[in-house]
Amino acid sequence: MLDSKIPSGSIEQKWKNRKFESKLVNPSNRRKHTVIVVGTGLAGASAAATLGELGYKVKVFTFHESPRRAHSIAAQGGINAAKNYQNDGDSVYRLFYDTIKGGDFRAREANVYRLAELSVNIIDQCVAQGVPFAREYGGTLTNRSFGGTQVSRTFYAKGQTGQQLLLGAYSSLMRQSGEKSVEIFPRQEMVDVIVIGGKARGIVARNLVTGELQSHLADAVVLATGGYGNVFFLSTNAKQSNATAAWRAHKRGAYFANPCFTQIHPTCVPVSGDYQSKLTLMSESLRNDGRVWVPMKVGDKRAPNEIPESERDYFLERMYPSFGNLVPRDIASRAAKRMCDEGRGVGATGLSVYMDFRDAIQRLGNTVVSEKYGNLFQMYEKITDENPYKVPMRIFPAVHYTMGGLWVDYNLMSTIPGLFVAGEANFSDHGANRLGASALMQGLADGYFVVPYSIANYLGGEKLSAVKQEQDEVKSAIADSQERLNGFMKIKGSQSVDEIHRKLGKIMWEHCGMARNEKGLNDAIKLIQKLKDEFSNDIRIPGDTRLNSELEKANRVADFLELGELMCIDALNRKESCGGHFREEMQTPEGEALRDDQNFSYVAAWEHTGKTPTLHKEALTFENIHLAQRSYK
Amino acid sequence: MKLNLKIWRQKSPSEQGQFKDYVVNNANEDMSFLEMLDFLNMDLVRKGEEAVQFDHDCREGICGSCSLMINGSPHGPETGTATCQLHIRKFKDGDTIVIEPFRAKAFPVLRDLCVDRTAFDRIMAAGGFCSVNTGNAPEANSILIGKEVAENAMDSAACIGCGACVAACKNASAMLFVSAKVSQFALLPQGKPERSRRVRQMVAQMDKEMFGSCSNTGACEAACPKEISLENMARLNREMLRASVTE
Ligand SMILES: Cc1cc2nc3c(=O)[nH]c(=O)nc-3n(C[C@H](O)[C@H](O)[C@H](O)COP(=O)(O)OP(=O)(O)OC[C@H]3O[C@@H](n4cnc5c(N)ncnc54)[C@H](O)[C@@H]3O)c2cc1C
Ligand code: FES
Repeated sequence: MLDSKIPSGSIEQKWKNRKFESKLVNPSNRRKHTVIVVGTGLAGASAAATLGELGYKVKVFTFHESPRRAHSIAAQGGINAAKNYQNDGDSVYRLFYDTIKGGDFRAREANVYRLAELSVNIIDQCVAQGVPFAREYGGTLTNRSFGGTQVSRTFYAKGQTGQQLLLGAYSSLMRQSGEKSVEIFPRQEMVDVIVIGGKARGIVARNLVTGELQSHLADAVVLATGGYGNVFFLSTNAKQSNATAAWRAHKRGAYFANPCFTQIHPTCVPVSGDYQSKLTLMSESLRNDGRVWVPMKVGDKRAPNEIPESERDYFLERMYPSFGNLVPRDIASRAAKRMCDEGRGVGATGLSVYMDFRDAIQRLGNTVVSEKYGNLFQMYEKITDENPYKVPMRIFPAVHYTMGGLWVDYNLMSTIPGLFVAGEANFSDHGANRLGASALMQGLADGYFVVPYSIANYLGGEKLSAVKQEQDEVKSAIADSQERLNGFMKIKGSQSVDEIHRKLGKIMWEHCGMARNEKGLNDAIKLIQKLKDEFSNDIRIPGDTRLNSELEKANRVADFLELGELMCIDALNRKESCGGHFREEMQTPEGEALRDDQNFSYVAAWEHTGKTPTLHKEALTFENIHLAQRSYK
Repeated sequence: MKLNLKIWRQKSPSEQGQFKDYVVNNANEDMSFLEMLDFLNMDLVRKGEEAVQFDHDCREGICGSCSLMINGSPHGPETGTATCQLHIRKFKDGDTIVIEPFRAKAFPVLRDLCVDRTAFDRIMAAGGFCSVNTGNAPEANSILIGKEVAENAMDSAACIGCGACVAACKNASAMLFVSAKVSQFALLPQGKPERSRRVRQMVAQMDKEMFGSCSNTGACEAACPKEISLENMARLNREMLRASVTE
């Protein structure tokens, strides 16, 4: 049975109790401990900077050229915090409640409560760093609304919130780098965790420029390596985002939790053409003012502006009157899919719906609309060559975020002692559906406020033996990685790695995407197994091992293939619908997700065995929030 | 669409590079510029030839990874656009396109079109921050900042650190990059306590990294995909002056 190490006490007391019970490392001893942080997104940069400030010896790795280029930079819409600056009834408890309900009751209460509590400190910290959040004329901070809530608690910096938060964390990180408490290793990709005596004691990193493999030893390792949405090939994630760090840790003993919980975001620029390389998000913040609709009539081919008001179906407002366009993402995505399935989708392929700003522009004027969303409108126009001030945007759901990830306990430690996981890479806070503006909050809560306590608690309580580069475990980890890379170079087949990756994406989107069923999932597993063979026999990587994008891709896609299969296995196991996981066999008469709390109120944590993975369950108990069917009507 | 490409190929920082000609026959106008390069690479790989190396990640104009001199302009012909947001529809059938890396002494070429821009990180480490440890922050709304000031600071903070300003400048100066960061903090009350130290140290580091001096031509502003304005440079100069007076 998995021990989630939830502290004792009432929900309000748990984090206080944990901080008080926590072991500490005295300031003069911290220098003696090396901590490796992999990843410099919001979670990694904030953790590394804070650990550096505390006095640990920190080594940070990123495959990016600079820490500032991490995928977090692309987050657009905002970050939640229970400040209640709008005096509209918000509180820590309400943010906690919204997040548990939004996650369709598949997250751990204690973690989510802590997240809500820490949200307020995050905003303070970011403002002190000079993050230029949007403000009111009087100089106070302003807010906008995001889906799944009825209060306004989202802080933002135009449509570039992720950029500004990351640059804030990055500036703290660079300050520590200048002070030599943190050493940064850019263009270095972690390819393995080194486990000695059952504990994480370092990593193997590949220098992407020279191709060399090197081991780095430490007393603890923090993975903040982001999500795995790119399993689907097409997603809103940055092109280089990948699952390799998490997957290699999984193969060394870290359980992978709820891999099938992926978020399909309702408002993305629709796919066009066969060579598209990624999908672009149109921030959820647009749903504050954009109204989503399709024509009433099936197959109505008129231009949107020619369709009169009475012949438009504002389907979200119709189906969910109390939340309207701001229902959670899983619900909005499924509704859009339903419209397209009914033949009311628009655009050349019929696979999109309108998001219309006409009314907002009439009400607020072009200037105000452009102040709020200017950069998003511009981005849309660059891609589609259409002007959203004049013609409604066309949008369609796309893979966006992964709620699943490495299993961690309350202290964010994985099932490998000494290996901590933060940010999107862990599974902990969003259940089966993440609410908008909550990923930035979680990444920063983990990095600034949770990981530092957890590291102290771990190092303060463990007797760690000395480890050396010459040790067998270290040498064999390097040898394994070398062999694997050599293997890819030797294949000399006929396809580029991207071709295989696209095929995997197609299988996943069709069978493990917005709707899943038993037969489809079984088919997908067989198809992926075949595709793995194709990969091992037919990829081609011309050139050498120095800076070679094809080799980088092969190394990552090999892991995506294995993870994709586990996602299907997990989806097959979970014979209920919840949040973003919609099993067609399990739905209410209105077509909403039908949970089965009797049998599935658990976290599915998978252990790698080399054969069929073993399922471990962490039971979820809801002591504070009453389990109920989600309703946004 | 048919495109004739002249692409810079260079195996490593220490080896000589040269242009090589490639033809892309079936480019489609909805493709982005980088998708066109993906398409070329797929073709090269199938033929057993080495893929062209270029940096990219977000493909939304925000991470600052993509670069490229396209027909002599950083990020290509369109104003206010990063290479990853450029579309093939901006070119004509039969066009010849010259693709090179960003060129500057401070940005050594790593391979083909990839350069090393970590000099920017070192400039940031020299002073591009407010010194506030985690846990030290006052309540957010205790710092009041007028809407306009916040918006001006945001405009400066929008820099993506891509280095187009350096590539565009005949002296390879990093003044626009440095001035944007200095301005953001000079405008905000949080940045005030360290303003003199910050500007002095960032400028000193910039010089150490072998960036040239400002050419006063405004080429940087014209090339910036985020349209960071020359006003930032004026602010940087004022900050330098102020720092020297208060010393
Ligand atoms: C387009 C878009 C918009 C979004 N908008 C919002 C929003 O408005 N609000 C919100 O709350 N959330 C938003 N999200 C979600 C949110 O941005 C992410 O979930 C979050 O930023 C993830 O942060 P992270 O620190 O966990 O990981 P990332 O930012 O993905 O960082 C991962 C880091 O790990 C490194 N890394 C990974 N693997 C390795 C390896 N093997 N070796 C070395 N380094 C490695 C990378 O180099 C990188 O530095 C958005 C997401 C997208 C795609
Ligand atoms: S790839 Fe991120 S800015 Fe171009």
